Amino acid sequence: MNLAIALAYLMAAVLFILGLKQLSSPKGARNGNFTAAAGMVIALGATLPLLHFTTAGLVIIGVGVAVGALIGAFGARMVKMTAIPQMVALFNGVGGGAAALVAVSELLTFGTRPPFAEAFPSVFSIVIGSISFAGSMVAFAKLQELMTGTPITYPGQQLVNGLLAALIFGFVVAVLVIASIPFSFVALMVLALILGVAFVLPIGGADMPVVISLLNAFTGLAVAASGFTLNNFALIVAGTLVGASGSLLTKLMSDAMGRSLGNVLFGAFGKVRTGTAAAGGKEARSVRAGSAEDLATLLAYSRRVIIVPGYGLAVAQAQHAVRELADLLEKRGVEVNYAIHPVAGRMPGHMNVLLAEANVPYEQLKEMDEINDQFRDADVVLVVGANDVVNPAARSSPGSPIYGMPILNADQAKNIVFMKRSMRPGFAGIDNDLMYDPKTIMFFGDAKDSLTKLVTAVKAA
Amino acid sequence: MSNELLTEVTYFVLAIFVGIEVISKVPTILHTPLMSGTNAIHGIILVGAIVIAAGADSPLTIALGLVAVILATTNVVGGFVVTDRMLEMFKGRAAAPKSTATR
Repeated sequence: MNLAIALAYLMAAVLFILGLKQLSSPKGARNGNFTAAAGMVIALGATLPLLHFTTAGLVIIGVGVAVGALIGAFGARMVKMTAIPQMVALFNGVGGGAAALVAVSELLTFGTRPPFAEAFPSVFSIVIGSISFAGSMVAFAKLQELMTGTPITYPGQQLVNGLLAALIFGFVVAVLVIASIPFSFVALMVLALILGVAFVLPIGGADMPVVISLLNAFTGLAVAASGFTLNNFALIVAGTLVGASGSLLTKLMSDAMGRSLGNVLFGAFGKVRTGTAAAGGKEARSVRAGSAEDLATLLAYSRRVIIVPGYGLAVAQAQHAVRELADLLEKRGVEVNYAIHPVAGRMPGHMNVLLAEANVPYEQLKEMDEINDQFRDADVVLVVGANDVVNPAARSSPGSPIYGMPILNADQAKNIVFMKRSMRPGFAGIDNDLMYDPKTIMFFGDAKDSLTKLVTAVKAA
Repeated sequence: MSNELLTEVTYFVLAIFVGIEVISKVPTILHTPLMSGTNAIHGIILVGAIVIAAGADSPLTIALGLVAVILATTNVVGGFVVTDRMLEMFKGRAAAPKSTATR
């Protein structure tokens, strides 16, 4: 490797690491993203001068970059903040696909008998990159509601997936050890794509972000493997950084839900036990519903109010309305805080992004561990479009699919106001006893309409 | 094992530790931007895509190169832009009235 390129790649790697480090504080985070982008520009700039371009090569790079930049910029600009998770899945998937294609192209240049040191990482990149591509596309389709978001299961599914994986493994060994048959990677790619789809199909609901994070780590590893094939330092380091950090993030995310990664991936969450949970006689139980005026009085004369925002708030685009209500209450001397569950929204941190969009200062956003002891001193907990994260079943009923997930102690507050569109269960598809609690007042309707009504009523109170 | 491969494996192992170390200090509220940011970084595969596309001379390699460059560029540009969109919203209120009065 040329010395100038080596130094430029080293600089890019340092910038990636610094960028990730800056992401650890909300104030430095945006700079962190710029730092990483600068690293990317340097890495790309250093790569170009020493390449020998064919005419066709020049054309396809020009056209490819233009088309990709257009799709990427347009997609990223147009996407609604609520749709961020599927957008991340999409951008991740195309990266995995690119890594697989790079490995395929490189393998072709070696003819029939590539050396093991090149063949092994190439085959790894093809398999993992293809799984990431196909899996991410299924995740995108599920979150975008192009297909059902619930787990798709059938008898013997684990066995079929296991056989697929074994088949791929056998194929890999055959290609690497016995003989490299020309174009054997095509079959390998097809198998890996099928496994990618089959792997994500049985996962649904609240577990999707964990899978996206895992596939993100996969793509990182596929990129690193392509780096081994091309003997490219920048790809190895950047890919590995993402692979390692993505794996840790995946673990943190499943920890936040109180479940093991294995349970997330193979548990078909929200599918098995919903029937029994929903059959718990919810028709028989009654709930207390309140009017905007009742609730306004309750809120306006409270001392401490904690707002628990959930995905329903985001869907209704009610971030601004909730901030207006909070500002109004603060003017009356009420202390308002937001309790953010680690998996509020559809990804850890997703809710913070949405509330930040409405200029809610992040000093008011309290993480679960920070605020859980304060619920018992709260006069009112306002649950806006959240459900599973305040479901006491996570603490009390071992049979529930969310049992063991850490939850917000909303049930300890003096009053609970539940703003919900209907009695429908939440993302995890299970019933919530908190709605039937005598301390709970239900306020039905679209989150934005409800909040607007409340704002008007509080002004009058 | 050749010298070059040995060096590469060294980078690989060290990068694993750096990746874990850097991420372990990120607060939960930044997990989504972080995931999106790391997502943009693995767009470095664009370097690889350009390397293989540069020498494309047959219909097959041209097709592979073109698709790889498009996919990788979408990853890089989309990843960084969407991360920036998320992060530009993380603005604190300089003087927060009352709200900071937590116990």
